[in-house]
Amino acid sequence: MKLTLKVWRQKNVQDKGRFENYEVSDVSKDMSFLELFDVLNERLINEGKEPIAFDHDCREGICGACSMYINGRAHGPWEQTTTCQLHMRAYNDGDTIVVEPWRAAAFPVIKDLTVDRSAFDRIIQAGGYISVNTGNAVDANAIPIEKHDADMAFAAAACIGCGACVAACKNSSAMLFTSAKVSQLALLPQGHPERTSRAEDMVMQMDKEGFGSCTNTGACEAECPKGISISNIARMNREFFSAGFTS
Amino acid sequence: MLNAKIPAGPLETKWSKYKSTVKLVNPANKRKLEIIVVGTGLAGASAAASLGELGYKVKVFCFQDSARRAHSIAAQGGINAAKNYQNDGDSVFRLFYDTVKGGDYRAREGNVYRLSEVSGNIIDQCVAQGVPFAREYGGLLSNRSFGGTQVQRTFYAAGQTGQQLLLGAYSALERQVALGTVKQYTRHEMLEVVKIDGKARGIIARNLTTGKLERHFGHAVLICSGGYGNVFFLSTNAMGSNVTAAWKAHKAGAFFGNPCFTQIHPTCIPVSGDHQSKLTLMSESLRNDGRIWVPKKKDDQRKATDIPEEERDYYLERRYPAFGNLVPRDVASRAAKERCDAGYGVGTSKMAVYLDYADAIKRYGTIEAGKRGEENASEEEIIKMGKGVVAEKYGNLFDMYAKITGENPYETPMRIYPAVHYTMGGLWVDYELMTTVPGLYALGEANFSDHGANRLGASALMQGLADGYFVIPYTIGNYLADDIHTKAIPTDHPAFVEAENKVKNTLDTLMNIKGKHSVDHFHKALGKIMWDKCGMARNAKGLEEAIREIQALREEFWKDVRIPGEQNELNPELEKAGRVADFLELGELMCRDALQRNESCGGHFREEYQDAEGEAKRDDENFAFVAAWEYKGPSNFDLHKEKLEFEIVHPTQRSYK
Ligand SMILES: Cc1cc2nc3c(=O)[nH]c(=O)nc-3n(C[C@H](O)[C@H](O)[C@H](O)COP(=O)(O)OP(=O)(O)OC[C@H]3O[C@@H](n4cnc5c(N)ncnc54)[C@H](O)[C@@H]3O)c2cc1C
Ligand code: SF4
Ligand code: FES
Repeated sequence: MKLTLKVWRQKNVQDKGRFENYEVSDVSKDMSFLELFDVLNERLINEGKEPIAFDHDCREGICGACSMYINGRAHGPWEQTTTCQLHMRAYNDGDTIVVEPWRAAAFPVIKDLTVDRSAFDRIIQAGGYISVNTGNAVDANAIPIEKHDADMAFAAAACIGCGACVAACKNSSAMLFTSAKVSQLALLPQGHPERTSRAEDMVMQMDKEGFGSCTNTGACEAECPKGISISNIARMNREFFSAGFTS
Repeated sequence: MLNAKIPAGPLETKWSKYKSTVKLVNPANKRKLEIIVVGTGLAGASAAASLGELGYKVKVFCFQDSARRAHSIAAQGGINAAKNYQNDGDSVFRLFYDTVKGGDYRAREGNVYRLSEVSGNIIDQCVAQGVPFAREYGGLLSNRSFGGTQVQRTFYAAGQTGQQLLLGAYSALERQVALGTVKQYTRHEMLEVVKIDGKARGIIARNLTTGKLERHFGHAVLICSGGYGNVFFLSTNAMGSNVTAAWKAHKAGAFFGNPCFTQIHPTCIPVSGDHQSKLTLMSESLRNDGRIWVPKKKDDQRKATDIPEEERDYYLERRYPAFGNLVPRDVASRAAKERCDAGYGVGTSKMAVYLDYADAIKRYGTIEAGKRGEENASEEEIIKMGKGVVAEKYGNLFDMYAKITGENPYETPMRIYPAVHYTMGGLWVDYELMTTVPGLYALGEANFSDHGANRLGASALMQGLADGYFVIPYTIGNYLADDIHTKAIPTDHPAFVEAENKVKNTLDTLMNIKGKHSVDHFHKALGKIMWDKCGMARNAKGLEEAIREIQALREEFWKDVRIPGEQNELNPELEKAGRVADFLELGELMCRDALQRNESCGGHFREEYQDAEGEAKRDDENFAFVAAWEYKGPSNFDLHKEKLEFEIVHPTQRSYK
């Protein structure tokens, strides 16, 4: 296949940035989307140009590093698929593909398609944990947990922290990410002692980082590669309001 | 002979006795002691969090943009623990025994026993943190079985066990960051160990966003930087996994243990073309139900589904009737290679074998029909029900296969081939996890580990968390207790200046080569040499050639690599170049190690040492030792030996026939 790529190039956070066009031929349908970038980068290097910087690591859809906004969709056209798992079978000869970084005030661009997502770490620091030190935890089977709750907690915990939900949201809200962690811990008895402060602290940090508010458009759920359900947001709101009553 | 400092006394009491007699550091002194942790995988994150909780001042580093993205996140299948929740006769001793045997008798008994002892605590700790392990309807934890064992002791969270365990450790770490006991440096790469008076006293790290070199002091330094499977270019490891931190430690005086012990996993999606950047694992659990075969006829062009039953060679079932498709990883991998080399491989590359679920689908379908009381179900209906059962068990893996290959594994057999997966070798450490450099420790996959010559499935996660949560918090005190009078050393100390200059010179040199070929060009060439000559099967002639080829490639690299961009900015090519430069040195050492080990054991198969049926021949008389290599200069390594004593488990030939 022959494809035209329009890729966002930006030297650093100060640079204004612009699109650049690249023609790529000999694209195999078996390539992953990131392997297409490998091939293009190899060519750019051979031509004495600078390769395109993008985040990636596992290339198995689990680390959450890859983050490309492809033809107006976070992680591209396939449902519940990260950029690294997207394969070129999704495209046809002659297609033009526009590739941009995540765009959100809280995710400043570092270079090209690489953005700074450290705000997510700080949201977790605000309360995304259970306060238990290493050492003398009780026997793991001492607290039975209903399978249904355990499965729901797992489904929420499957979030890979990629930030596609923020990129997809017109308000750049981080509600889906934050609520996934709040839900996971709220669904488990171990998480109960801190549940009032957790939701409040994490939401406060989210606001402080400059993420927008949620207007229930559902774009986040539609683009989330791990199928994190928007019902987590409702659960977080309940946690948040009950926090308001008790504190 | 090297001394591993294994405590005296009976196996069962070594660790408890050690813990109750080890030196302690009081809380006021802990506050004054600084510890550097390189890596935020299971080993690094658990260590940093636990040491922070104890009150030490910790700095933790990773090259990814977040600690949560360390390669441990990708582990699929599960984590072992001797809980005996299934009442199937498991015990600390059995886990210990299986691990020593599975490792083909090349691991330390004392360490493995301790690992088994703390395995249960790991599960308790993780559950307390909110790790959502799979559960039964009664609300208790569920287990599955894995290769090389006869009990169900593997805890799991769907096919995402590594992710859930790492997020647990990461949350504990972030909690310490919030409390101010741990300082976190993401997008930072450690590029040198700083030694003062023979002791590890800090590191030089490069801020990957700005390119700035930074000096960091620590009373002790922990290397938790993972494995080096990417020396083969293609592996199941994440793209960034590398040996740099461990290699810098090695060059600073830490011995490197058993570098040639590599695990090649039998079930991975095969290479599809030159563009291939990494390989994807298909979990070991698939071998529980799938059958592996190749056509009986060489170069058979027919579609798999058109090849009749009697023209298929189920070679594992044929060669190993007792274990069949469930032989250990090393055995299954070699058997696949043997068939492909002999010309029976399938797919366009002919370097693949079939993993077939047709029988399993029928079998499960029939059972399901029975359960539903539909004895007269048609073949079609049975297959439909069978597919449903298989989807429930393995759906996420089948989906992943379909996404990558574009083929439907419910309809046509999967194509699989072995791929590099894990490195049992690593920095040599004693019982306290200290390397041969005082104050320099290695944890997780980065150390030469408790897995001997072959790791059993679900044991790496266990070891990483054991090292970080339950071993290092005790053993590091034994060293630091004598260091409480050492004040933080200012980083303008000459040793820091010198180390930084060394790093700076290397980076300058790399940038100034301005050659013709990309870093990947060299990495791929190295990978090919390693795979062909130091991969699943090795021989003396090939290894000698490989050593010369690697030396030549290294020379070419330093003359002809091209790194675009600048040093003082985000520059992924420069990062890769530094890592490949280290792989080019490590590769040579791996070949030297494989060459000196004149036996076949675990993942190390020397073609000269096999029996008439092609099975591995171990040599306990001459090779029951850990090979620990000392760096003496370019292409110059001294071999030290740590003799392995087997007091409890007596080595026998592993047989799976
Ligand atoms: C696909 C796959 C599936 C697996 N499944 C299982 C399984 O089911 N069960 C099991 O037991 N094991 C499994 N394993 C093995 C297991 O995942 C690893 O052995 C284990 O996670 C390694 O953990 P670690 O903490 O030692 O290192 P890693 O998780 O690799 O972490 C390394 C850390 O070091 C950092 N680092 C490295 N170099 C530097 C540097 N120079 N400067 C700064 N930071 C650096 C990285 O940023 C990272 O944070 C699997 C492995 C793979 C590849
Ligand atoms: S909720 Fe989904 S889209 Fe958002 S960070 Fe998590 S995995 Fe990514
Ligand atoms: S690179 Fe890890 S999720 Fe895509």
